[in-house]
Amino acid sequence: MSLKNKLHNLKEKYKGTKMAPAFNAIHTFLYLPNEVTHGGTHIKAADDLKRTMNIVIMSLIPCLIFGMFNAGYQHYAAIDAAKGITTEFSVLGSFLTWDNLWIGIIKILPLVVVSYAVGLAVEFVFAVIKGHEVEEGYLVTGMLVPLIVPVDTPLWMLAVAVIFGVVIGKEVFGGTGMNILNPALTIRAFLFFAYPTWMSGDKVWVYDAVNRAGTADAISGETILGSYAQNLEPVYSSWDKFFGFIPGSVGETSTFLILLGAAFLIFTKIGSWRIIVSTFIGAAAMGLIFNLVADNGIITESSKFFGLMSAPWWEHLMIGGLAFGAVYMATDPVTASQTNKGKWIYGFLIGFISIMIRVFNPAYPEGVFLAILLMNVFAPTIDHYVVQGNVKKRLKRLKAKTA
Amino acid sequence: MGLLSKKDAKLITDPFADNNPITIQVLGICSALAITAELKASIVMSISVLFVLGLGNVVISLMRNIIPSKIRIIVQLIVVATLVIIVDLVLKAFAYELSKTLSVFVGLIITNCIIMGRFEAFALGNGPWRSFLDGVGNALGYAAILIIVGFFRELLGSGTLLGFKVLGDPIEKTGVYAIGYENNGFMLLSPMALIVVGIIIWVQRSRNKALIEEH
Repeated sequence: MSLKNKLHNLKEKYKGTKMAPAFNAIHTFLYLPNEVTHGGTHIKAADDLKRTMNIVIMSLIPCLIFGMFNAGYQHYAAIDAAKGITTEFSVLGSFLTWDNLWIGIIKILPLVVVSYAVGLAVEFVFAVIKGHEVEEGYLVTGMLVPLIVPVDTPLWMLAVAVIFGVVIGKEVFGGTGMNILNPALTIRAFLFFAYPTWMSGDKVWVYDAVNRAGTADAISGETILGSYAQNLEPVYSSWDKFFGFIPGSVGETSTFLILLGAAFLIFTKIGSWRIIVSTFIGAAAMGLIFNLVADNGIITESSKFFGLMSAPWWEHLMIGGLAFGAVYMATDPVTASQTNKGKWIYGFLIGFISIMIRVFNPAYPEGVFLAILLMNVFAPTIDHYVVQGNVKKRLKRLKAKTA
Repeated sequence: MGLLSKKDAKLITDPFADNNPITIQVLGICSALAITAELKASIVMSISVLFVLGLGNVVISLMRNIIPSKIRIIVQLIVVATLVIIVDLVLKAFAYELSKTLSVFVGLIITNCIIMGRFEAFALGNGPWRSFLDGVGNALGYAAILIIVGFFRELLGSGTLLGFKVLGDPIEKTGVYAIGYENNGFMLLSPMALIVVGIIIWVQRSRNKALIEEH
C-alpha cells in the first residue's frame, strides 16, 4: 500500500476528531486528496488556491535568492567603504560569491524559517479550534514577510509580529479570504510602529551594522530614500537602483527581478496587470507633480522636502519598496478592488499616496506599505461606487429605451 | 451577601461581566483609548468616574420626581459638570502631574456616555440606594477594562507598572532587556488600545456565546 493510501485510510479513521484539520493539511499538502466533488454542477479548473499560492511563491524565489547575495554584498561593501577601500564592482567577481551567499544563508534563511513556522503554527491552532481545514493563505504571506523586513531584524520580533499580523490581521475576520488588510503588510506595519529603531535609520539595512555601532569597526548603509530625505545625493547609479545592488529590505531592492516576477504573474493571470500598471502610473504622476514644484522654484534647496521632491520621477519608481508593493502586495486578490474600473482607481491611488507619504513625511521614509494598507480599507468602497455607477448607467439605458 | 439582597448585588456584579459598559454596551471608548497608556492614569480615571457616577446617580435619583422631563438632560449635565469640576480641582490640588497627563480627559468625563446613560436608564427610575449601587457597579465595570488595558499597555509599551521598572532597565540593559527584549512602541499608540479592547471583547464573547449578536 502506498503512502498516499495509508494517509487516506488514517484520515478516514480519524474523521471528525479534534486534530483532523491539522492532519488533513499535511495530507493535502503532499497529495491530491481522494475526495471528489459531490452534488451540483462544477466548473473544473486546475488552479486551486494552493496552486495560485505556489505560483506566487515561485515568482518570489528570484527576489529571495538575490536578497541573499545582496545581504552579503552590502555587508562587505560597507566594510570596504569604512576602511576606505574602493573596489571595482562586477557581478561575478564581487556579487555572486560564496561569501555573500553564506551571509544570506545565515541571516535570511532563519527569517524565512521563523516566518513560516510561527505563521503556520498560528494557522494550525486556529484550524483546530474552529474545526475547519487549514487554509493555504499563509503560504504567500510567509514568503513575503522575510522579503520586506531589514536583514538584521531580530527573530523574536519577527515572531511576535507574525503572530499579531495573522491573528489580528486575518483570523479575527474569519481567516483567508475574509481579511480586510493584507496580512504581510499588517506584520510590516506592526514591526514599524512597535520597533521603529529596528525598521529605519542607516544601520539596520546592512548585516552586523547594529552590532558594530559605536565601535571602531562601525559600518553603515543608508537607503536611497534615507539619503534623499536628508537632502544628500545618493552614491548609487541608476543601474544599481534598477538591478538592486543597493541597501534596503531583503527582497525589494531589485526592480529588475520584481518586473520579471510581475511578467510571470501577469502571464499566469494570477496578478492583475491593471493594478500593477496603474500603481506605477499613480506614482509617476505624483513624482512629476513634485518635480514641477521643485523645478519652478516653489520650494528651495533649504526645504527639507527638496531632496525627495527634486529626485527625478522615474527614479521614484525604482527606489524603496514601490515596485515590490505594486507587484506583490497591491495585487493581493483578497484585499484589492474586484472590479476592473475599481482596480485602476485603487492602483493609481496607491502609487499616488505612496510617493506623497514618502516625500512629505521623512519620519516614514517609505510610504508604500501605509498607502497599500490605506487603500485596502477603501477597496470595498471603490467597488461599491463602481458597481452603483454601472447600475445607474444601465437603468438610464433602460429608461431611454422604454420612454 | 447579608448586606445586599440578591437583586441589589446583581447591580454591582452585572456590569463586570455580561453587561460591561465598555465591552458590551461599547460606551466610554474614547477615554479607554486616550488615557490607558499608563496604569496610574487608568486607575485615577477609574476612581474619578467611580466618584462622579456613584454620587451623580444618587443626586439624580433624589431629584427624579421634581425634574421636568423636558429639561432633564440639562439638569443631568449640570450635576455631572459640578462633580467633574470637583474631581478636576482635587486632582489639580493634590496630583498636579497626573492631572496634566489626564489633561482634557477629566473634563471630558462630562461627555462620557456611560454616565449620561446610567442617569437616563437607571437613576431616573430607581431609588437612591439602588441607583448608587448601579453607579458603583458600572464604574467598576469600566474600571476593570481600563485597568486591564492600562496594565498591558504600560507593561509591554514601557516595561513598567505604575512607574516601577518591573522588566529591568532598557538603557542599562538589565532584566529581560539583557537578552535582547525591547519595548513595543506600538502599545503606546492609541490604535493598540482599541485592539486590546477588541481582544477583551473577543475573549469575553467566545467564553459566553450568548453575548454574540445575531446579524
